[in-house]
Amino acid sequence: MTQLPTHTDKKLGLVIDLDICVGCHACVVACKGWNDQGYGAPLSDQDPYGSNPAGTFLNRVHSYEITQENGPAQVVHFPKSCLHCDDAPCVTVCPTGASYKRSEDGIVLVNEDACIGCGLCAWACPYGAREMDQAAGIMKKCTLCVDRIYNENLPEIDREPACVRTCPTGARAFGDLSDPDSAVSRSVAERGGFDLMPELGTKPINQYLPPRAKGLGQDIDVLAPLLDIQPEPTGIVGWLDKLLGKP
Amino acid sequence: MTQPALDLSPLVSDEIRRTTCYMCACRCGIDVHLKDGKVRYVEGNRDHPVNRGVLCAKGSAGIMQHLAPSRLRAPLRRTGPRGSGEFQEISWDEALTLATSWLKPLRDTAPEKLAFFTGRDQSQSFTGYWAQAYGTPNYAAHGGFCSVNMAAAGIYTMGGAFWEFGQPDWDRTKLFMIFGVAEDHDSNPIKMGLGKLKKRGARVIGVNPVRSGYNAIADDWVAITPGTDGLFILALVHELMKAGKIDLDYLARWTNAPVLIDCDPKSPRHGLLLRDEAGKDLVIDTRTGKPTAFDRKGVRPDLGGKLRARGITHVTVFQRMAERYLSPDYSPEAIAERTGIPAEKTRRIAAELADVAFNRAIEIEREWTDFRGETHKTMTGRPVSFHAMRGISAHSNGFQTARALHMLQILLGAVETPGGFRFKPPYPKPATAHPRPHSNVTPGKPLDGPHLGYPQGPDDLCLTPDGQPARIDKAFTWENPMSAHGLMHMVISNAHAGDPYRIDTLLLYMANMSWNSSMNTGGVIDMLTDTDESGDYLIPRIIYSDAYSSEMVAYADLILPDTTYLERHDCISLLDRPICEADAAADAIRWPVVDPDRPGHPGVRGFQSVLCDLGHRLGLPGFVADDGSPKFKDYADYIVNHQRRPGIGPLMGWRGENADSHGRGAPNPDQLDRYIENGGFAIAHIPEDAQFMKPWNKAYQDWAVGIGLYDAPQPYIFQLYVEPLRRFQLAAEGHGHRQPPEHLRERIKVTLDPLPIWYPALEDGHADPVEFPVHALTQRPMAMYHSWGGQNAWLRQIHGHNPLYVPTDIWKANQFSDGDWAKVTSPHGTITVPVAYMAALNPNTVWTWNAIGKRKGTWALDQDAPEATRGFLLNHLIHELLPARGDGLRWSNSDPVTGQAAWFDLRVKIEKVPAPTQSHPVLPPIASPVGQGGARVIPKATP
Repeated sequence: MTQLPTHTDKKLGLVIDLDICVGCHACVVACKGWNDQGYGAPLSDQDPYGSNPAGTFLNRVHSYEITQENGPAQVVHFPKSCLHCDDAPCVTVCPTGASYKRSEDGIVLVNEDACIGCGLCAWACPYGAREMDQAAGIMKKCTLCVDRIYNENLPEIDREPACVRTCPTGARAFGDLSDPDSAVSRSVAERGGFDLMPELGTKPINQYLPPRAKGLGQDIDVLAPLLDIQPEPTGIVGWLDKLLGKP
Repeated sequence: MTQPALDLSPLVSDEIRRTTCYMCACRCGIDVHLKDGKVRYVEGNRDHPVNRGVLCAKGSAGIMQHLAPSRLRAPLRRTGPRGSGEFQEISWDEALTLATSWLKPLRDTAPEKLAFFTGRDQSQSFTGYWAQAYGTPNYAAHGGFCSVNMAAAGIYTMGGAFWEFGQPDWDRTKLFMIFGVAEDHDSNPIKMGLGKLKKRGARVIGVNPVRSGYNAIADDWVAITPGTDGLFILALVHELMKAGKIDLDYLARWTNAPVLIDCDPKSPRHGLLLRDEAGKDLVIDTRTGKPTAFDRKGVRPDLGGKLRARGITHVTVFQRMAERYLSPDYSPEAIAERTGIPAEKTRRIAAELADVAFNRAIEIEREWTDFRGETHKTMTGRPVSFHAMRGISAHSNGFQTARALHMLQILLGAVETPGGFRFKPPYPKPATAHPRPHSNVTPGKPLDGPHLGYPQGPDDLCLTPDGQPARIDKAFTWENPMSAHGLMHMVISNAHAGDPYRIDTLLLYMANMSWNSSMNTGGVIDMLTDTDESGDYLIPRIIYSDAYSSEMVAYADLILPDTTYLERHDCISLLDRPICEADAAADAIRWPVVDPDRPGHPGVRGFQSVLCDLGHRLGLPGFVADDGSPKFKDYADYIVNHQRRPGIGPLMGWRGENADSHGRGAPNPDQLDRYIENGGFAIAHIPEDAQFMKPWNKAYQDWAVGIGLYDAPQPYIFQLYVEPLRRFQLAAEGHGHRQPPEHLRERIKVTLDPLPIWYPALEDGHADPVEFPVHALTQRPMAMYHSWGGQNAWLRQIHGHNPLYVPTDIWKANQFSDGDWAKVTSPHGTITVPVAYMAALNPNTVWTWNAIGKRKGTWALDQDAPEATRGFLLNHLIHELLPARGDGLRWSNSDPVTGQAAWFDLRVKIEKVPAPTQSHPVLPPIASPVGQGGARVIPKATP
């Protein structure tokens, strides 16, 4: 069993805006590309050109339909990766100490040298956010691009996770959620950001911003005052004259 | 406890090379990270005007495209029968000698017997130039089956269209309506724009039978019935006009709404615009009440003007619009059943448009002077913008529907005003400033002018002296007079039928015509392999260039293998399909960030470089230097040194002797190096006072002349009334020396209306809507939109198979459940496919992802890949001709104005069947010239 730190200096994480995500999978593939050649073992693909292609991804987008009594069905795109929980069951379940939560920034990582590939952490994670790499036999998960966010070989502006840098709609943001004045914390406060499955008590750091209400806008009646301009009884000519302000 | 020590600053790469993506058609800037000389990682270029650093799923997966095992490796000569996939690798010299031996005699005797059509071509100004030098009239790219309705309707109406021609004012618009955009066109800029709108709290309304992608995040969704968008738009026009919520000042000043129409029914000019002796459109000046040229200094055109002459009262375009669109035929109630949109919803959306355009108008302090010489202190914005794409254009009423949408934009005063729709250079550019089509052939000589263009009337049709189609695709004929992009979807069908004549050689570039780029896939395969009585193929020779082992490869006789996009030179040119922004002109290059590498094989060459070589071998003017040597050693040489007009070449950046000029200037031998230093692109910003009102703004016109977009200012007014359409109607009414065939007269009279109209999809007159009650659509997923790479190792894990999505009522009526299969039947064919439930659909619409399905043996995938077993194409259900209706005529399944392929007119019926082992039809496997299956390349160097 592995212990969680009693305190982390920061709580780095993602804020994902479900009102904006169009489900394009840009974050999924940018993540794959970066982490295939980044932290730890490559993200392998089994049977990549065959009948059952299946590989390791640290971030996936799920799409859900929501049907409702009044109004048309809605579609929500839901990107999901490790939420870097404060009370991460994947860490406490780890028999070797390979899974750990960093005390400085709260990132949950797997020390691949210590991972025995037992899979207990994936079983413990209620979000399905960990994937066993079939080629390496070790557990892979979102690192919050720990090899980008502090990387002095990258320009400062690029020191953010690959998924955030690439997101075309700007639906993903990265920052310190322990700092109430950070941009991510402010957007969570303004938009009613929520924990995923809070009842589980995992205290996820990543936050989701809900889709805004859909449907008709506020009542607008700008047409009504002008609806008395009718083609009848003076016909088109009368309409035209009235419209053009002719006597 | 102790944490492991991490290297938080690993070296990312040895070098970043900046080039242009080609995973779809957006042309984003990319940073390609190299390590040990190999491609390691691809991300967006933060400085690039198109994508500002972001990149979509395809772009990030580009590394897997570059390393794909399906890459071709050598020129191939067919050894087995067509379609077998049996080839022999040959050297480049053999390949080019063979191609020359086929093409040279044709050019000397009958150049029209070469048909050269390109698919996913981003070098059309070059391939068109080559085809013109060769002398064949038979050249076009893929616009005819893509979105020519959108382009042509926009250019004829307002001198520009969506996407490459213009964009919403993402920073200012407050209400955005998006019609018929699946998940595409264009990819990253729309996503970036939607993100901006959402963050500003602007409202988004999606109009689409399918609520996926962009429509999923729209604040309101209109689940329209396919093919009825035009009717819905005209109902919005009806409501806005009735309420007087239209921009009268804008209409009077900047459009032909106040122009007088010849209303004399006996005149051969009936319905044409009245003009003065100088040929200028006539308006009534409100100051004098007299007719005057529309562009005279200080003139204030009267929308309600009338001119009484010789007993006839001539009225304005605006008067005609009022007569038509105020008709109760266009009331929200009248259109509700057909469109599936409740009247209250249509009325509400009209009110929203009016509210934002007029109650929430914006004004920016920018002084500008118009073409009449009047100076304005400010610019008034109507912050309503629109975007639309194939969903409205790929119908046989798509041209008029796109016209209706542009009319709606213009009525609101929301084109080129702040907050509305903004043109991107080299647009605005009216139809009259484009070339007209040319088709006159002289053996051994170039064609008499550019192939494609914008006809202004019957005189511009491409007909032979005996009135027959001059082009193999019958573009610019009475069947589709304004086919500005050609009809690629008719080439193989017509060549096979010898209608209007037989050809010898079909040269195709990146066009998967034996698969997802043709209607009637099975039929096209038969046409490509059909022989005459002596056993010779009816299409005698096929040369094909592609970078990958696509389905089309097996049907060619000679393969010229192209490079991947990271191994090639290209220019994204202002002469072609540029990447400009509303505030700037911009162009870009691709360059070989790595050299082509096909060890053990003769290797690959960029197709455009091959054309330079072939052009020299064939002795084409423009490709041979004075001393007889090749004029261009490769495409890069052409990009730098070709001049279309003196001082104007493919790239605008760093021209001139001092390499300091953007726009005009002599060729600069170091130009490509300067592009590479600058991140692969050049940009020239438009001065602030020239950024809006461009068609009428003197400052913009002068800037455009300075940079070389035009040679003289060319202000113009928007054509709500498109007079060239009326010229074709007049011919159909019996006027003029060029007359349409009898069977087309009525159709031309109805469909080539100079004011936007709506008519039902032509297929509805052939396929019984009762027997075939369901509309069937396709769209490309965002992660594969416009991508030449469904085989991509990463992307196929996201979209590896494609069910047919079925709405609630049809799902229940057929008692479908998960895992079921259905037989889907159109008047033309039947497919058997897996189904899946989707509630967020128009109740009469089914749809699937396009181009996921693959032929067994292609793309270096295993034969049991899900793309080849469960994947399927709707194309089998669609014919290039409409179903026969007993009149003995072949009616093309195309828009009668432009010839655009009417993919989305498809009607089907659907029934549950026992699950087969794979999707039907099952086509036999093809031998692969590159092998199948295997592992993927891991870019990470092993330590």
